[in-house]
Amino acid sequence: MKILVPIKRVIDFNVNIRVRDDGTGVETDNVKMSMNPFDEIAVEEALKLREAGVAEEVVVVSVGVEKAQDVLRTSLAMGADRAILVKTSDDVEPLNVAKILKAIVGQEHPQLVLLGKQAIDNDANQVAQMLSALLNWGQATFASDIDISGTKVRVSREVDAGLQTIEVNLPAVISVDLRLNTPRYATLPNVMKAKRKPLDIKTPEDFAVDVSLRHTILETLPPAARKGGVVVANVDELVDKLKNQAGVI
Amino acid sequence: MGRGLLLAEHDNMALNEATLRSVTAALQIGDVDILVAGDNCADVASAASQIRGVGKVLLAQGEVFEHQLAESVADLILELAEPYETIVAPATTSGKNILPRVAALLDVAQISEIVEIVSKDTFIRPVYAGNALQKLRSNETKKVITIRYSSFDMAETGSGVPVENVDSSVANSKSAFISEAKSQSDQVDLVSARVIVSGGRAFGSKEKFDELLRPLAARLNAAIGASRAAVDAGFSPNDTQVGQTGKVVAPDLYIAIGISGAIQHLAGMKESKVIVAINSDEDAPIHANADYVLIADLFDAVPELTAKL
Ligand SMILES: Cc1cc2nc3c(=O)[nH]c(=O)nc-3n(C[C@H](O)[C@H](O)[C@H](O)COP(=O)(O)OP(=O)(O)OC[C@H]3O[C@@H](n4cnc5c(N)ncnc54)[C@H](O)[C@@H]3O)c2cc1C
Ligand SMILES: Nc1ncnc2c1ncn2[C@@H]1O[C@H](COP(=O)(O)O)[C@@H](O)[C@H]1O
Repeated sequence: MKILVPIKRVIDFNVNIRVRDDGTGVETDNVKMSMNPFDEIAVEEALKLREAGVAEEVVVVSVGVEKAQDVLRTSLAMGADRAILVKTSDDVEPLNVAKILKAIVGQEHPQLVLLGKQAIDNDANQVAQMLSALLNWGQATFASDIDISGTKVRVSREVDAGLQTIEVNLPAVISVDLRLNTPRYATLPNVMKAKRKPLDIKTPEDFAVDVSLRHTILETLPPAARKGGVVVANVDELVDKLKNQAGVI
Repeated sequence: MGRGLLLAEHDNMALNEATLRSVTAALQIGDVDILVAGDNCADVASAASQIRGVGKVLLAQGEVFEHQLAESVADLILELAEPYETIVAPATTSGKNILPRVAALLDVAQISEIVEIVSKDTFIRPVYAGNALQKLRSNETKKVITIRYSSFDMAETGSGVPVENVDSSVANSKSAFISEAKSQSDQVDLVSARVIVSGGRAFGSKEKFDELLRPLAARLNAAIGASRAAVDAGFSPNDTQVGQTGKVVAPDLYIAIGISGAIQHLAGMKESKVIVAINSDEDAPIHANADYVLIADLFDAVPELTAKL
């Protein structure tokens, strides 16, 4: 079977986010960009399934600016077979990403789509669920274990109460959580090899998807800053402060 | 005012506090009816009917809803969606699992995890792990919204409103529930706890984590939380993780012990009223967000603190 892995280019998770003074968004100039960490885990899982003989081909796709090619190349260097960039000028809302992915599924016919559970820029946590609904496929989100046998997939899910195990029929859409695996690094020879792997460039128009925004972002604000803490000398002072100053115990 | 339908969070036995907090938010947008979907869950519906301000409770029962699989509950909401202007759910793992399906099938963009309602169509939500707040206006005629319920107070309860049974033709051939491993229920629920003691990688082992944190939690009647590093290392179950990928909490008192304060952890706890950091490193980033900082070795400080409370 073929596995499709959608990946997003986001500000690297280690970067200290700075909100622009004029409220138009966060600073992205000279800021390190990387593959969304959850998507690295999705790529890794797809590669493992290919190595285990469950899948034959891993295709990665990103909807984004020209530069999103970088994260596609990274996943090709990790071992993905082929990449598709759907080129846009701006951020595309999750619903429209899902619509584009649905159209790609219609052309590529994967049996499984593996996504990250959430993009760490918009923290939306929507695309996998939306894609599953649009395709009318089974859905398993927040996966911490995936076990495929025949036409069924058993998925352990990280839920508020603990761990839930469900079974979904293939074809299915699965979103992955952090504890599913540890992504591999791309070795230098593989980075070189990845340069020659196929990378197709498309546009939303190729799939007849209208990417105009449904939400208007009026303003981006910094969060209320906390004032720095008081250093207490010892446990006695801490207990005293909590009792008599903060009044929380 | 527009009508809203709020999906209740429950385990077929009890209504979760997330629902009461989300009602407070939903009432700021418009009128609210509550949907209880499950099996043998009439008690949950009657608890929901006691929430002040609610119009009525819709109760959909059946095996297909027992475990609230996303496909089943999303299809149920679609059957009921027509008269409603907003569809709302708490941003629990269940709400996050179900609501984007509803949004996609209604062809509307979802607004995830709002923390403030500015007006009927304008909301504030955190992005970038809470390092920025977005004020956005939805141009959709039907709005699908999840609520970061730790940002809202609990609605009051009082006299009951009607419970209406819903007949549904929903069937789900795509997914099936197999099992659930709940972690211990003897502990105080994390999101609703007034006090949380949270441990990080520095504990070094599950034995030490339990040996030191449990007595402290018991003394303070606190829930136990953890950093991702502590969960990954097996010190604490996954559902205790606080942060961008875990739970978002806002207790009166949060004590972070042996936790460095990565932005992804801060995302889950920096709205706490009072934050205490116990850390041996005076430069740990957590200190910038703490009200009280104790520079100490946790293996000495935690037993001493427990003894002195
Ligand atoms: C996409 C993504 C999502 C993430 N989501 C989350 C999330 O939801 N929640 C989360 O917590 N993390 C999350 N993380 C991980 C996060 O980046 C950090 O790696 C993690 O929070 C670190 O955990 P820690 O503070 O326990 O460990 P460390 O960073 O290793 O900190 C240990 C601290 O203990 C102190 N210490 C050591 N010994 C002692 C001692 N004897 N006494 C006192 N103090 C001591 C050290 O000074 C240090 O400050 C996420 C990461 C990514 C990439
Ligand atoms: N622009 C995009 N291009 C490719 N994949 C995306 C894009 N946006 C989101 N995704 C995928 O959907 C997941 C969830 O994103 P979100 O719903 O936006 O939080 C991500 O982890 C990616 O796997």
